[in-house]
Amino acid sequence: MDFGYDAAHLLGTLVLLTSFALLYQRRLFALLNVFTVQALALSAAAAWQGYAHDEPHLYITALLTLTLKAIAIPVALHRIVRRLNIHRTVEPALGIGLTMLAGVSLVTLSILLVLPVTENATALTREDLALSLSVVLLGLLMMIARRNAVSQVVGFMSIENGLILAAVGVAGMPLVVEMSIAFSVMVAFIIFGIFLFQIRERFDTLDLRRIERFRGESD
Amino acid sequence: MIAAVFHQIAQMALVLVLAPLLTGWIRLVKARLVGRRGPSPVQPYRDLMRLLRKEVVLARNASWLFRSVPYVMFTAIWLAAGLVPVFTTQLALAPTADLIALIALLGTARFFLALAGMDTGTSFGGLGSSREMMIAALAEPAMLMVVFSVAILVRSTSLAEIAGFMMSGAVGLRVSLALALIALVMVAIAENARIPIDNPATHLELTMVHEAMVLEYSGRHLALIEAAAMLKLLLYAALIACVFAPWGMAPPTGGSAIVGLLAFLAKLALAGAALALFETSIAKMRVFRVGEFLGGALLLSLLGAIFLYVSRGV
Amino acid sequence: MAGLAVAARRKSWAGTAVYGGTAAACGVIALWAAVALAGRSAPVALTLPMGIPWIGAHLRADGLSAFFLLVVGFGGVTASLFGWGYERAHAHGHAAASGPVLPFFPLFLAGMSLVLLADDAFTFLVSWEFMSLASWLLVLSTHRESETPDAARLYLVMASAGTACLLLAFGLLAGGLGDYRFDAIRAHAPQGGAAALTVLLVMLGAGSKAGLVPLHVWLPLAHPAAPSHVSALMSGVMTKVAVYALVRVLFDLLGEPVWWWGGALMAAGSATAVMGVLYALMQDDVKRLLACSTIENIGVIVIALGLALVFKASHTPVIAALALSAALLHVVNHSLFKSLLFYVAGAVLTATGSRDLNRLGGLIHRMPTTAFLALVGAAAISALPPLNGFVGEWLLFQAILNAPALPEWSLKIGIAVVGAAVALAAALAAACFVRFYGIAFLGRPRSAEAERAGEVGSAMRIGMVVPAVLCVVLGVLPTPLIRLFEPAVRAMVDAGPFDDRAYQPWIWLSPTSAIGNSYNGLVLLAVIAALSVVLVLVIHRRASDRVRWSTAWGCGHEEPDPLAVSQYSASSFAQPIRRVFGGTVFAARDRVEMPEPGDTRPARLTVTWTDPAWAFLFTPLRRAVDWLTRQADVLQFLTIRSYLTLMFAALVLVLILVAVVRP
Repeated sequence: MDFGYDAAHLLGTLVLLTSFALLYQRRLFALLNVFTVQALALSAAAAWQGYAHDEPHLYITALLTLTLKAIAIPVALHRIVRRLNIHRTVEPALGIGLTMLAGVSLVTLSILLVLPVTENATALTREDLALSLSVVLLGLLMMIARRNAVSQVVGFMSIENGLILAAVGVAGMPLVVEMSIAFSVMVAFIIFGIFLFQIRERFDTLDLRRIERFRGESD
Repeated sequence: MIAAVFHQIAQMALVLVLAPLLTGWIRLVKARLVGRRGPSPVQPYRDLMRLLRKEVVLARNASWLFRSVPYVMFTAIWLAAGLVPVFTTQLALAPTADLIALIALLGTARFFLALAGMDTGTSFGGLGSSREMMIAALAEPAMLMVVFSVAILVRSTSLAEIAGFMMSGAVGLRVSLALALIALVMVAIAENARIPIDNPATHLELTMVHEAMVLEYSGRHLALIEAAAMLKLLLYAALIACVFAPWGMAPPTGGSAIVGLLAFLAKLALAGAALALFETSIAKMRVFRVGEFLGGALLLSLLGAIFLYVSRGV
Repeated sequence: MAGLAVAARRKSWAGTAVYGGTAAACGVIALWAAVALAGRSAPVALTLPMGIPWIGAHLRADGLSAFFLLVVGFGGVTASLFGWGYERAHAHGHAAASGPVLPFFPLFLAGMSLVLLADDAFTFLVSWEFMSLASWLLVLSTHRESETPDAARLYLVMASAGTACLLLAFGLLAGGLGDYRFDAIRAHAPQGGAAALTVLLVMLGAGSKAGLVPLHVWLPLAHPAAPSHVSALMSGVMTKVAVYALVRVLFDLLGEPVWWWGGALMAAGSATAVMGVLYALMQDDVKRLLACSTIENIGVIVIALGLALVFKASHTPVIAALALSAALLHVVNHSLFKSLLFYVAGAVLTATGSRDLNRLGGLIHRMPTTAFLALVGAAAISALPPLNGFVGEWLLFQAILNAPALPEWSLKIGIAVVGAAVALAAALAAACFVRFYGIAFLGRPRSAEAERAGEVGSAMRIGMVVPAVLCVVLGVLPTPLIRLFEPAVRAMVDAGPFDDRAYQPWIWLSPTSAIGNSYNGLVLLAVIAALSVVLVLVIHRRASDRVRWSTAWGCGHEEPDPLAVSQYSASSFAQPIRRVFGGTVFAARDRVEMPEPGDTRPARLTVTWTDPAWAFLFTPLRRAVDWLTRQADVLQFLTIRSYLTLMFAALVLVLILVAVVRP
């Protein structure tokens, strides 16, 4: 059996699965933890591809993902959530069940899109394209289906993870490292923006009724 | 043929003997994990024996259905447990029922138990039955979709052939199987009334499902129902082992049943310990979150079936 | 016979004569059909000198017709038996109420049989309309009940619309040749766009009769409104005639299928199956619940037909035969257990005078035979082994598992989703029938009528026993039946379900070698029965057989409350499922009115839900029709000159058309 293929395959799936887990979460901290797992899986996937195809520059991508997304950003977001006392639940604009259903439909759609046009490509490429397109779509879904700003940021970052997964999976893709650096800088800016935005929102609306309404689990 | 019949009888006896031990083992590991000494792993045998000798107390308006359900349910689950290959794939009843029939047998047991819960007309029974059927309404399709993924890969729904195929190593690691495994574990947790879906150790009326349904049972009837629940737990552990980790099982030709048996015991011990660890590290969920949990399992299993076509094709 | 019935409707022996006559006639039809199928006899054709002059009415009975005749005939026999007892039981209080049933009951059966025998479009449509009108009159026979007129009006609209669609479909099928004989249609089947349009029209026309979502809205109203044995015929048998129309047109008349026809059928079937059972879970009326569950089963049958069609289109006839066998087996199964359950509902209605689940309960003590037969029916419809419902489901799953054999990606993946829908519908059906049986037959009585109920008469009981026995027999020995209707399958898809098997023992069910599985209900039943008996003996001998009777645990109440208000009701049983599915699908809302502490009023749970088919399809449609009629209203108030102008313009337009289109 082709072990290299299988391992890449499994890591790619893990990224997709964590995307689903992100959709499923109701608590912010759990959301951040799941996101950390996704980043870890992505960096492992990048490193494995670098090792398997002997492309050392992928190690840089892996390292970058590991330090920034799996460590720095989650820690920062944890601190923001704690410091600003943002309420700890994810307010779904769309029910969890419906979101998951929409997610599965999107994955099906991306498979149906990718499969017919990649008849000649290798199995790994096909699968990576299908997986990463799914991750991107799920990230978009997460951004529209959740009201909370932090979960929107997480959604955005998971879109980016999907793009990097695609870049990593297709052998010989140029500018992977540059792309991941650019994205990371952008994410940093966005988080900074959200941070400021949240502060403003905190001080503008201190409506007690709203806070009471969102105590505990919302329905 | 003679060997297959012998294996079948041996297996039926084996699952019956091992089921309480598995439950005892899980209770022991759980107790140790939270720092208690815990009862001996053979305690469930003593409990069952005590219950069997006690008299039955029936509600005045209990019907014949209420009295016959424990027997029907126990035999259905016992038969189902006898159909899952545990140490050898040569079983006389293997062609009688495939994986789909096995799931349906479990469905039969659940159908009758839910009816028995409603027989005396107390509010607890109705509560348990209605929740149990809600859980089943999502868990059963999830399980069938797991079967779908596996059966399309193996080109068979016969458990013996599935185990043989998986042992041959021709599958490799597959996304679909990983998703199917996760979904199956989620279903197993729900169907066996474990945390976070239901807590087998409490009688708290707001949250209980299975225990509410069987609240009116006592004596030998309760013994049968408890034993059936233990058998069901063993069945799911054996099923997961048979489909996803069949190593060590005796193949149709050659192979030793002793090795298969030892491998099975090791797998059970491992599964029990893993379940205990999982249960001690997680909190129970609200009843109406169960829909999301199992809906998730159903969608994961569906995703697994869809991913069958992606990588290497079928 | 109908005339006789009208003449003698006041006489006491009229019922006996009519039901005896229909039972005998249906018995002969069923027997003939079974013999014709078993003998693999060649199609019998007959031309009657009636109908359109110089053409006549063409009748023909091939394998497919014979199979459906068997279903109709058998349903007719049990319905006549049960109906005889039912009318006699109801004759005491309200004698006149049952009068109008007698003349139309034979007409209804005759109409259904004629549809199955028709061999030209004209005879087919006339018999179809005959069947619709007869059943409509039967629905109207209970016109004294308040909801009947609405149900009848809706039924009439839906039936007319359905027939109109079929009329257009046959027009397209006959094409320019204008030859309406099925032979001629077969020889010159339409191609391309015309064929596609025909498929859609037939799905609309036959689908509205069968109850495909969203054309199902009349079914839960009209089927329950009729007397119970007629409900059983409408739900258990007339929907099968609609299935026959689908099979006849899609598999036979239209020739070589295109894959998306099957895809469309499967999509419609999946929606129907899941929605149907969810509707059933929301119903509190026993007969409405059963009618909604018919929608679900029709969905399952249509899914199987769709599968057969896609496999036929991809030239894998053995798998197509497997799927079609699953469909036909489910046709038989559903006609058996749905008739049985409607008879049970009729018996309960006779004994308690109520169809409301929330007024029943505890009937297992008061109607033991009916309760046992109802248990068989409920278990069979929930697809539990070793009964017959499971066999149909098992065959369907085996066909679904062959999805990788198809070339189209969208079908391969779509069938996975269809599989999930079938599984979900089956699991929900089990929940639905636990609710049905548990609320109606178990627990404590919820009303004085339920408390006083007694067992029904022997004619009704025999009418229920026969289908119940067959549910068990076909569950443990399905292979002979599948063998019996093999000619019908072979005529449609050019293969049989066991074609790739060299040897097929009759007690095993193991079709298609592609996926080498087998099932044996007989062994399963024998093992469960033997083990149970041994278990009972061992435990009673060795352990304990003592019993003490006592009061049930009443949550602190000394005696269980006499009115059983603390008992779970039909609405509360469905609540968890309503919470999971209903909020999204039906916009269902539970409202609890909890009185203040100290207040003695009981708490109330009010459930509201809306049918998406009404909300999104029929209400807008009705508004559109209203708007159109208001616009057309102008036409009524024109001057004579304007009318003449309109007619003249129309004439000129037609002449221009003829001049241009003519080659």
